[in-house]
Amino acid sequence: MNDLSGRLTAEIPSLVLEGASFLHRGQVLLSPLDLRLTGCCRTLVMGPNGAGKSLLMRLAHGLLTPSKGRVHWEGRTPRQAMVFQRPVLLRRSALANLSYALAVNGTPRRLRKPRAREALERFGLATLEKRPARVLSGGEQQRLALARAWLLDPEVLFLDEPTSALDPAAIKAVEDAVQEFHQRGTRIVMSSHDLHQARRLADDVLFLCRGKVIEHAPAETFFTAPASSQARAFIRGDLVL
Amino acid sequence: MSDDANAFQTALALILGRDPDLVGIVMLSLQVSLSAVLIAALIGLPLGAALALWRFPGHGVIVVILNALMGLPPVVAGLSVYLLLSRAGPLGELGLLFTPGAMIIAQIILVLPIIAALARQQVEELFQEYREQLTSLGLSRLRMIPTLLWDARLGLVTVVLAGFGRASAEVGAVMIVGGNIDGVTRVMTTAIVLETSKGNLPLALGLGLVLLSLVALVNAGAYLMSETARRRLG
Amino acid sequence: MQHKARIAMTAVSLLGLSMAAQAQDGERHITLASTTSTENSGLFDAIIPQFTETTGIDVRVVAVGTGQAFEIARRGDADSLLVHDTVGEERFVEEGYGTERADVMYNDFVIIGPDGDPAGIADAETVAEALSLIAEAEAPFASRGDDSGTNRAELRLWDSAGVEPGGEWYRELGSGMGPTLNTAAGMDAYVMSDRATWVAFDNPRDLELLFEGDDALFNQYGSILISAERHPHLKHDLAEQWHAWLLSEEGQQAIADFEVKGQQLFFPNAKQ
Repeated sequence: MNDLSGRLTAEIPSLVLEGASFLHRGQVLLSPLDLRLTGCCRTLVMGPNGAGKSLLMRLAHGLLTPSKGRVHWEGRTPRQAMVFQRPVLLRRSALANLSYALAVNGTPRRLRKPRAREALERFGLATLEKRPARVLSGGEQQRLALARAWLLDPEVLFLDEPTSALDPAAIKAVEDAVQEFHQRGTRIVMSSHDLHQARRLADDVLFLCRGKVIEHAPAETFFTAPASSQARAFIRGDLVL
Repeated sequence: MSDDANAFQTALALILGRDPDLVGIVMLSLQVSLSAVLIAALIGLPLGAALALWRFPGHGVIVVILNALMGLPPVVAGLSVYLLLSRAGPLGELGLLFTPGAMIIAQIILVLPIIAALARQQVEELFQEYREQLTSLGLSRLRMIPTLLWDARLGLVTVVLAGFGRASAEVGAVMIVGGNIDGVTRVMTTAIVLETSKGNLPLALGLGLVLLSLVALVNAGAYLMSETARRRLG
Repeated sequence: MQHKARIAMTAVSLLGLSMAAQAQDGERHITLASTTSTENSGLFDAIIPQFTETTGIDVRVVAVGTGQAFEIARRGDADSLLVHDTVGEERFVEEGYGTERADVMYNDFVIIGPDGDPAGIADAETVAEALSLIAEAEAPFASRGDDSGTNRAELRLWDSAGVEPGGEWYRELGSGMGPTLNTAAGMDAYVMSDRATWVAFDNPRDLELLFEGDDALFNQYGSILISAERHPHLKHDLAEQWHAWLLSEEGQQAIADFEVKGQQLFFPNAKQ
């Protein structure tokens, strides 16, 4: 795996949304949207609840298809992984959850266990390998989901509010993991409504409100001089609907 | 009623006496019903999973038919298989009529809809939960089937047991296609019918108790297995 | 785990199928379609082992109502037929399904009823009179109602008594002899039974034999050879051996020797 960490960041294709919108039962959940995500940075998708953050992530990752417009990667589709707000773990041991992901991506059988163990170690789960994944604590489960994503060696990692249900220690572990992914050369797209977290992690911020992209700016610009009134209100901590 | 007390004594004597005829009948009952359930599970579990994962024109019709077939009277299943396997029927050449093979086929028809319909519900629930994660991992729906079946296994044990219950309890189908031939196709339920018609009610009821204990034993085994697994898997 | 479980499942079901296949070739045997009265009384358990010992042929009995037995034979699903409906048997041969029919044995029908005998049939001279008394008293009567040999005989007897059975008191059950006796015992009804099933029956409660001995109650059993032309796949040579043995001195003696509760139930009457 280490041989891949020297990957050149320039290789990661850009994600392009062209007039992509999403409707559900006649209701517009995401307005037509043009967007381009380039480079190997950490993009934080921010906005109040119901702004369409999760929807945008799912469209980008390909879990949903846009009602209109299109979502595509320039050149080729990169290796991707996604970590969800509530980790979806299979009803098997922690180790088996990781071996499973390796089996799915075609890793030869004899390599699966050693690699899975290595990932458990990296995410501080080595002592829990035999434990059923679904009896682990919330923080442990999320770390296991991150370990699973790690094994897939994604070029782009989507994280949908990965820390919203966790305690501070667990949040720290997730943020550390995100940094590790970043150092390995993985592009990060992460949604959050936690301003402090965004300040700690973001290279750039994508601010959504009511299914529309209000701002897409470098983190510093966004936090010091937000262009829109909604973003200003959001940063101040006012209720933004 | 002294008949009831008699039945318990008879059942006890039957079990303790290990009468070779009875052992043969019990073994055949188990072989026929377990084979039917296993084959029905091999077909029904993937079929149920496929119905849970794919929507297509006619999907609803198939689901409704499967659900309705759960209530198919065993006699009707038996009669259909009889007409199929009879010498004058399309599969008469096989010479399967009045053999355990015919009984297995008839019971598969009874059990398959139960397993497929209930498995569909179980898998559909799990699919809702796993769908995004498995899609994210890059699995096609076809490749999701084994994963979903395996992860739903605790619930599916109950589904398969429901099938086994239906198979081991029915008499209408095996009576018609098996013929209740002594030593060849006589199983617990047909033996019970025979003893009842002879007016030997204590023996009939005793056999019924033996059958009940047998089914209870199989269920207890499955229960223990899944409870252990449940505790282990959380 | 997943792998092993699947292999195990496949193995077990293959076992089941092979077992099913095994059961069908086996040793030399014929399938005999016959009536519940012969099976339930235990006659076959007594005589078939003797036949098997002599010839090495096993006889697998499918015991059903006479109507269903004819149907099974007509479709070519049985190698031989032994029933008790002479009229139906002769028609079966006339229609070309059977090649030969022979008398094998007889027993008789008896009228059973509650021990109080509310219709007073015990003193009747003939069965026709007995049935008329039941109809007049409108005493409950349980009929097989299943188009079996016994049912057909019963309907002929009502006919000869000049009674059109029907109404509240006449219950058509659509069941075999045994279940009909069980039901009759439960509702204290009169019922006509073949003597063999009645004697071997273990749940009489308050029922007892009230009328017997009229020649009209004679119940003839016949064995039929099935047409090789119509059903060439059947085991005709083995079936012929069974047919011949039933009519032979040995077979007839075996039938005569069969007793339940010290009573002879079937009386051989093959034409030697």
